[in-house]
Amino acid sequence: MPVPHNDTRDGAIATSGLRKSYGQVEAVRGVDIAISSGETVALLGPNGAGKSTTIDMILGLSQPDGGSVSVLGGTPSAAVDAGQVGAMLQTGQLIRDLTVGELVAMVASLYPAPLPVVEALQLTGLEEIAGQRTQKLSGGQTQRVRFAVALVSDAKLLVLDEPTVAMDVEGRRSFWTTMRELAARGKTILFATHYLEEADAYADRAILMAHGLVVADGPTTEIKAMVGTRTIRATLPGAELDALLALPGVSGADRRGESIVLSCADSDAAIRALLGAHPDARDIEIAAAGLEEAFLQLTAEDAGVGAPVERVDEQAGIGRPDGRASEDAGVGARADEEARTGAPGKRANA
Amino acid sequence: MNAVAYTRFELLRTVRNRRFFVLSLGFPLVLYLLIAGPQRHNHDLAGTGVFAPLYYMIGMVSFGTMSGMMSSGARIAAERAVGWNRQLRISPLSTRAYLRAKVLTAYMMALLTIAVLYICGAALGVSLPAGEWLHMTVLILICLIPFAVLGIAIGHMLTPDSIGPAIGGGVALLAFLGGTWFPISHSSGFLYTVAQILPSYWLVQASHVVLSGHAWPARAWVVLTAWTVILALLARRAYRRDTGRV
Repeated sequence: MPVPHNDTRDGAIATSGLRKSYGQVEAVRGVDIAISSGETVALLGPNGAGKSTTIDMILGLSQPDGGSVSVLGGTPSAAVDAGQVGAMLQTGQLIRDLTVGELVAMVASLYPAPLPVVEALQLTGLEEIAGQRTQKLSGGQTQRVRFAVALVSDAKLLVLDEPTVAMDVEGRRSFWTTMRELAARGKTILFATHYLEEADAYADRAILMAHGLVVADGPTTEIKAMVGTRTIRATLPGAELDALLALPGVSGADRRGESIVLSCADSDAAIRALLGAHPDARDIEIAAAGLEEAFLQLTAEDAGVGAPVERVDEQAGIGRPDGRASEDAGVGARADEEARTGAPGKRANA
Repeated sequence: MNAVAYTRFELLRTVRNRRFFVLSLGFPLVLYLLIAGPQRHNHDLAGTGVFAPLYYMIGMVSFGTMSGMMSSGARIAAERAVGWNRQLRISPLSTRAYLRAKVLTAYMMALLTIAVLYICGAALGVSLPAGEWLHMTVLILICLIPFAVLGIAIGHMLTPDSIGPAIGGGVALLAFLGGTWFPISHSSGFLYTVAQILPSYWLVQASHVVLSGHAWPARAWVVLTAWTVILALLARRAYRRDTGRV
């Protein structure tokens, strides 16, 4: 594995020109990521963006078709063999016939310097169910055990692929409290998510992926401004699109039948102006644009691919920048994803 | 790194899985009692001069241990299906320690199967000098090595829903061709030729050597070693390739 030539030699993760295809599908198309020790970084993107494929290569679970990846200054497998990586994969259940405590102890026994099992159970709120068999847990409990399995390693680097999926609101809150605690202990954390508000609240930096490429990389505030647009929909027959586009706060205007759809950088200003100019507008809806839609636009501008398409089913609530009402919607979006990935036309990556 | 602890938890899991445990031990036991029970006074099975319960005890030991070894593959397939295999890959557990734990667990099941059938055989009147019990058992355990490796290989190649028929059919075929259910000798013709290159034949012979007092032929070692090496290469390849989402 060639040593990366950029200045991340002492970094936790460095990838350069990383590529991976599954058959005809190019899941990752040249990804450069540099993460320094002690950083908490969100890998943000819609389903199918290449997040999990990238993470698989960082963990050494799959070999890149091209490019290089370095973890803690060496190959992924060297870092894994040294017990320096703890990870929570996107999919996965637990093996049966052990108690929660025994399973965590079993994994702890594989690492050179693990956390005490009791501490791992406390951090993940599992003490009360430590004696329960793993096959009798709820989805949220299973997810917490998987988190305990990742952190009992006490590894320098934690990689978590959509860790909060299947957790309830309370589970998420305590999960992120623990994550802050781990970040304060100096861990390097990389987590994949498709919730913008998770990246915003818990990461120092976000790396946006779409269509197998990094489309943005920077402080979460900047990312939020980039993709934090809202849309206004209203029934307004006969309005001029050019005039609508000229309204303050409006960055895009489109017509769908009798309805108009305005993309807004500042939806407050836009709605005031819209009602001033068109008091007859009715059926007004203001919604956060989905990450997917925002990403599709970003990539359309950056790389000339992926023209915006209507994927209304997936946009519900994904990455609401206001952070409200997204818990339930997130679950719904997850169900959609599972329905799709379970379909015969297997997706290369989710 | 403490691979001993990992092995200990693997053994614990096996014993705790009652259905697996009871069925693995119970099936050969019941089958043995059904076949050998009615023949417990037959001291000259098919003109071989062998006491029938002894012959069937040996046959059932080879069948039961073969199944036991292969069914460790079913457990591996189940672990892969839930993604646990990938979780282990991102831990420092070495390939060697992982495979050792799997082999030891399979051997534990085999030893229990052997013990249960010996006790039943003794109850039906089988009686051998202590040295012969021991000699036979050691040879059987050695002959099981290729089956342990085969179990691991198929566990990493098949899915939980396809491994059931594969093990069921595979064990039945190997047991049949290996002479578990009826004696295979020179007079069996082509079957004899085929049997000689199968590890299951030598598994059965391991005990027959003790009965007949024949020497353990060098070609038995050749056959067993060849199967072990080929299957081990296959198992290693299967394990290495097996890092994807199932």
